[in-house]
Amino acid sequence: MTPDGPLLEIAGLDVFYGDFQALFGVSMSVARGCVTALVGANGAGKTTLLRTIAGAQAAERGVVRYGGTDITAAPPHRRISRGIALVPEGRKLFPSLTVEENIQVGAVAAASGAWPLERIYDAFPMIATRRKQRAATLSGGEQQAVAIARALAAAPSVLLLDEISLGLAPRVVEELYQVLHGLRAAGTTLVIVEQDLSRAMDASDQLVCLLEGRVALAAAVTEVTRDLVIAAYFGQGRS
Amino acid sequence: MNWVNAVIQGILLGGQYALIACGLSLAFGVMRIVNLAHGDLAICGAYLGLVLSSALGVPVWVTLPLLLPAAFAAGMALQVLLLGRALRHGVLAPVLVTFGLSAMIENLLQVAATSDPRGLNGGALTLASFTVGSVTVSWLFLAAFLTACAVLSGLQLALSRTSWGRQVRAIADDLDTARLVGVNVAPVFATVAGIAVATAALAGVFIGTIGTFDPLAGTNTLIFAFEAVVIGGIGSLAGTLIGGIALGVTQVVVGEINQAYAVLAVHLLFLAVLVVRPGGLFAAHQAAHEPRRQGALG
Repeated sequence: MTPDGPLLEIAGLDVFYGDFQALFGVSMSVARGCVTALVGANGAGKTTLLRTIAGAQAAERGVVRYGGTDITAAPPHRRISRGIALVPEGRKLFPSLTVEENIQVGAVAAASGAWPLERIYDAFPMIATRRKQRAATLSGGEQQAVAIARALAAAPSVLLLDEISLGLAPRVVEELYQVLHGLRAAGTTLVIVEQDLSRAMDASDQLVCLLEGRVALAAAVTEVTRDLVIAAYFGQGRS
Repeated sequence: MNWVNAVIQGILLGGQYALIACGLSLAFGVMRIVNLAHGDLAICGAYLGLVLSSALGVPVWVTLPLLLPAAFAAGMALQVLLLGRALRHGVLAPVLVTFGLSAMIENLLQVAATSDPRGLNGGALTLASFTVGSVTVSWLFLAAFLTACAVLSGLQLALSRTSWGRQVRAIADDLDTARLVGVNVAPVFATVAGIAVATAALAGVFIGTIGTFDPLAGTNTLIFAFEAVVIGGIGSLAGTLIGGIALGVTQVVVGEINQAYAVLAVHLLFLAVLVVRPGGLFAAHQAAHEPRRQGALG
């Protein structure tokens, strides 16, 4: 593994759901400690891309490399031990398990240095008092916090976050992003899917825009304007 | 007629039903497999007990340290080699595979052991009993009931307190997400299948010691186990125990009135529960009744 190479590298990814092709030759690279925002319209393939990186979706063609190692065929639990964790779209907590049990399940595949529960509760004071409560009884914001905590329990080097602000009050979204800022400062590499373009551009170093399963734009945030991103988002100006 | 006696005998009988049923309930709750060969596997356990205890010349209880690990290993192998593969081809494939397995086991047992009814050597326990007031309790029935209670509470404890148990419950809630957050599903499935077959074999040993068994006894065993699971509520072990007891008490109390209607009454109770509370009396969680979610698009 070369220290200067990208931490996560995706090359020529084709992904299918049955006969439906969701991703067409998607390539992307993510540097260590960098925040990448993945934007695009509904159905553009953002969730599919994150799930493929996490190992929940098999790639028909293409390669996923992590720290220089080809992990395309690795099952999700092996990717988690290597340091890739996903916060899935829609939170997907285990409703009959308590908050603490949800977080503990997130740590089962963790390699060394898993986050102890106390450190997680320090990061998310809003769920610390709810640890013995069943996940199904929490508010949306609390559930999202538990979903992030469950992924952090595996002490990931790369955290993939799929639409964490979906359906939440702006104040709660702000709190969650504060936590992400803290993670970024601590050196965690983040890939976020975010519908709010301003927030995505504020929070990230690199922007990747997907359009109908293809990369329409990939650039450093400092090099793009909002108009350029919106044009890529809607596929305007394509030859 | 002695009603108190009938109820107590019914409760004790119910423990045996619950012991057969708990593996069926666990396998369905976790893997969504209705194992139609579960009763036959219990009878296989009885035959294995017969072979071991006559070969070693000891009561069948002494062979349990050999029999239970063998049954556990057989359950794991069954899951890895057969059911796990069948699960990849939709919900119908495991049903067909276990149906075929049931027919195979019954026929192989007939070839290997003939259709003669057999009984197991339970040692001194078989005929011993004690009397409290007007009620006579067989030590063997009491042992079966207490074993069932111990197995079910042990399982419940393992499910609620251990990391393995959390993974099992996470899978039962949402398989796709459990896999996604790092649960290595295959070994969890294998241990669950191992426990299901080991508890079935243990139940088979009690069936063979209390009464007799033959190669075709598995089907009847399966029906009672299935009814106990449904009455109690799928996915709830406490419910399975209550379901088993409801079956046992109904069978013995109605049998006290007219033996011809005892088994019919059990099936009617099952139908009545299905009509009034289709989720069972103690449905553990809603997730058990929902179809599995497919991968999300987006």
